Amino acid sequence: MTQKLVVIGAGMASGRMLEHLFDADPDAYDVTLFNAEPRGNYNRLMLSPVLSGDKTYDEIVTHDADWYAANGVTCRFGERVVEIDRARKVVVGEQGEVPYDKLVLGTGSNPFMIPLPGHDLEGVIPYRDLEDTQAMMGLGDTPGARAVVIGGGLLGLEAAAGMAARGIDVAVVHIMGHLMERQLDEAAGYLLRKSLADKGITVMCQANSKEIVGENGRVKALRLDDGTELPCDLLVMAVGIRPNIKLAETAGLATGKGIHVDDRMITSDADVLALGECVEHRGAIFGLVAPLYDQAKVLASTLLGEEAAFVNKEVSTKLKVTGCDLFSAGDFAEGEGREDIVFRDPARGVYKRLVLQDNRIVGAVMYGDTADGAWFYNHIKEGTDVADMRDTLIFGPAFQGGGTADPLAAVAALPDDAEICGCNGVCKGTIVEAIEGGAVDLGAVRATTKASNSCGTCTGLVEQVLAVTLGDDFAMPAAQPVCGCTDLTHEDVRRLIKSQELKSQPAVWQELGWKTPNGCHVCRPAVNFYLLADWPLDYMDDPQSRFVNERNHANIQKDGTYSVMPRMWGGMTDAAELRAIADAADKYGAAVKVTGGQRIDLLGVQKEDLPDIWRDLNAAGMVSGHAYSKGLRTVKTCVGKDWCRFGTQDSTGLGIRLEKLLWGSWTPHKVKLGVSGCPRNCAEATCKDVGVVCVDSGYQVSVAGAAGMEVKETEPLVNVTTEDEVVEWVTAFIQLYREQAKYLDRPYKWVAKVGLDWVQETLGDRAERAALVERFEISQSVYRTDPWAAEVAKSERYAPLANLMLEAAE
Amino acid sequence: MNWIDIGHIDDIPERGARLVKTRAGCVAVFRTGADEVFAASDSCPHKGGPLSEGIVHGRHVTCPLHNWVFSLETGEAQGADEGRIATYPIRVEEGRLLLDAAELAARSAA
Repeated sequence: MTQKLVVIGAGMASGRMLEHLFDADPDAYDVTLFNAEPRGNYNRLMLSPVLSGDKTYDEIVTHDADWYAANGVTCRFGERVVEIDRARKVVVGEQGEVPYDKLVLGTGSNPFMIPLPGHDLEGVIPYRDLEDTQAMMGLGDTPGARAVVIGGGLLGLEAAAGMAARGIDVAVVHIMGHLMERQLDEAAGYLLRKSLADKGITVMCQANSKEIVGENGRVKALRLDDGTELPCDLLVMAVGIRPNIKLAETAGLATGKGIHVDDRMITSDADVLALGECVEHRGAIFGLVAPLYDQAKVLASTLLGEEAAFVNKEVSTKLKVTGCDLFSAGDFAEGEGREDIVFRDPARGVYKRLVLQDNRIVGAVMYGDTADGAWFYNHIKEGTDVADMRDTLIFGPAFQGGGTADPLAAVAALPDDAEICGCNGVCKGTIVEAIEGGAVDLGAVRATTKASNSCGTCTGLVEQVLAVTLGDDFAMPAAQPVCGCTDLTHEDVRRLIKSQELKSQPAVWQELGWKTPNGCHVCRPAVNFYLLADWPLDYMDDPQSRFVNERNHANIQKDGTYSVMPRMWGGMTDAAELRAIADAADKYGAAVKVTGGQRIDLLGVQKEDLPDIWRDLNAAGMVSGHAYSKGLRTVKTCVGKDWCRFGTQDSTGLGIRLEKLLWGSWTPHKVKLGVSGCPRNCAEATCKDVGVVCVDSGYQVSVAGAAGMEVKETEPLVNVTTEDEVVEWVTAFIQLYREQAKYLDRPYKWVAKVGLDWVQETLGDRAERAALVERFEISQSVYRTDPWAAEVAKSERYAPLANLMLEAAE
Repeated sequence: MNWIDIGHIDDIPERGARLVKTRAGCVAVFRTGADEVFAASDSCPHKGGPLSEGIVHGRHVTCPLHNWVFSLETGEAQGADEGRIATYPIRVEEGRLLLDAAELAARSAA
């Protein structure tokens, strides 16, 4: 006798399962199919092409009315299932009961809606079904329509790209640091963000939504926790899914995150089976289609009494957005015994990374060129030993079995008129001619031909031309790279950040071919400084790329406590400030030290007390002294002509003016200034990074002194007659140092490299000097603030995450 | 096993760390750029530097005092330096961080 099968949910998994079932034995079951949506099975994955207009709904229907009729399926579409009565073996629908011998649950998942204030306003939707898609499509008819998508995962980005293709102004808000963080690493996420930006989509990462603002019950804008407001006519939440287990739970089936099933897809009730996004199998839940199709096959076999077992395999992901070619498969986290093979072609925007373990590929991420994705995915699944093809593995199947490529051979094969340096239009023939004429190193080639003299990206090519032309006579120069993460020098990195307009750390790692996923303790602080110095308005300072003192705005001591030093402008203080310092010393048990920089250090403060002591000092009108920073430290002054019988100018006033102008700025290394009121030089200005000595006729400005491991007198920069000129020259000098010097070079080291003549010549140009001052002011519009006041607001960061001291010992 | 909830993964900055005070000493809980979480002793075997204040890169941390680099997985010092830090079982469930208190207690008793 034909058995009765009831299926709840006409999704992609249950549709595929029915196909397998009818193919194997069309008469085994009499099937009733419930679906809450008022339609049958369509390919949910293809909703994105429908949204973007590449397909129509009719094209994505997988099973139409004829198919159900031909297979004798009783369709109860648009009808909800009220409950399952397992004792009587009946499914209770809104329109009546249906008895079953076997029951299949394919209830799918529900989109997760973040319970932000305003999430129930009209115009706030998930991206799940045809209705949602139609809502987004409808918006495209309104000129000037705006939408916000919360969630930078697969679904959110497809929604954003689809709406953008319909002319809607879209912003994506993502809480994590980079897009699709589950499938992509930072480098690929950066490239994806770049191509979405090219499509006119605004992408905001590390953005926390705070509330949805409405008007007359309809969504009007999304407000972020930093106060930014993004106006929108539609807000799409695509932040994830939750298995829909309500029906199963009510029926008393075993559930966890999803409905528990065994390898045969059977639930805790032998006559009830389940598959798709609603199930939990060995702790795993499912959101991608490949494993669901495997489940469909297994479940159909189980229904027919055949042995079959579901195995959860590695899955791969592709994003269905035109022009964003990305591929991700397997596990690509770093780890012990894991090795990376990374290929980057910055000019074409290509990034490929393979993760190897024990000579097997365990993960692959690709962006820009995903043609070989399937081939790599196959090797991941098969666990192929790739030891023999490792050298050429990253180039894909086309390069296997061939000889090793010789980069020099490629350069040798170039014709004489091939362009090597694009900036200056220098071709290979010109360079070869110069080399044969005696220019036998990079510097000489640069000097005679201008090749590699501008942006520098062709330096490697020029060196190869040298190697090919000179043969064994050519020794590759051993320039000191920043660290093991790159072959580039600090100077190269600085030049390329400017010339290629790189404005984020992932951009630097990708475009400059970093060999590690996210740098190391040597390059990260340097790159962080270069970015904030060159792009103050675009780049946001990254505390996680700073050394401890700069991250905690205090100096760590050998016992793990900190020293706290408030600023004393030009070394001046007053009774009220001293009282506040004394109170703080008492309250936090600090030792008190008068420093060489004319201020007072409080030593021995516990980390968790830092926000409190800052709050106290702030309340007395004091701000951070930046005694911990690669930035402006102090301006040491003498009392000047207000008090001193020898004083020629107001040295204290000038010192305070300079300090108030320069404080908060980040520099390649620390910067100390001194201003003395007469040539007796009580402020010891002539061993500072910048020293000013006042004389009767005006001011002597000198630079590049040192009084540390090396002691060095400053060298005269310029003599001027007014305070304003002093301020202009000093500011321009500091900005030039900020823009040009290598990270951790004090000014005296930098000046020794570039030459004082060059510095004088550059600053001597009135227009250049003014431009430097202007750029410094732009940067200071961001950084001339008290970091202590800002950190007090984040005080929880300074406390331990948890205190388990009181937990009972076992 | 005695898993104790010590907080949420978002309480730790990406490529950063936070401290947990325990009877066995301070434990640093690290979060990598790939959102993996590791727990290890906060104290560098060299001069006791607080590792939770170090720069986190890949699955490694660099001590803030003298730049020793440790693997967060094995606790071994990298490169020419020799030494190791204790590592502790930790897991993440729905964003919550769970630390095994039984393991901590066993280490402090030992």
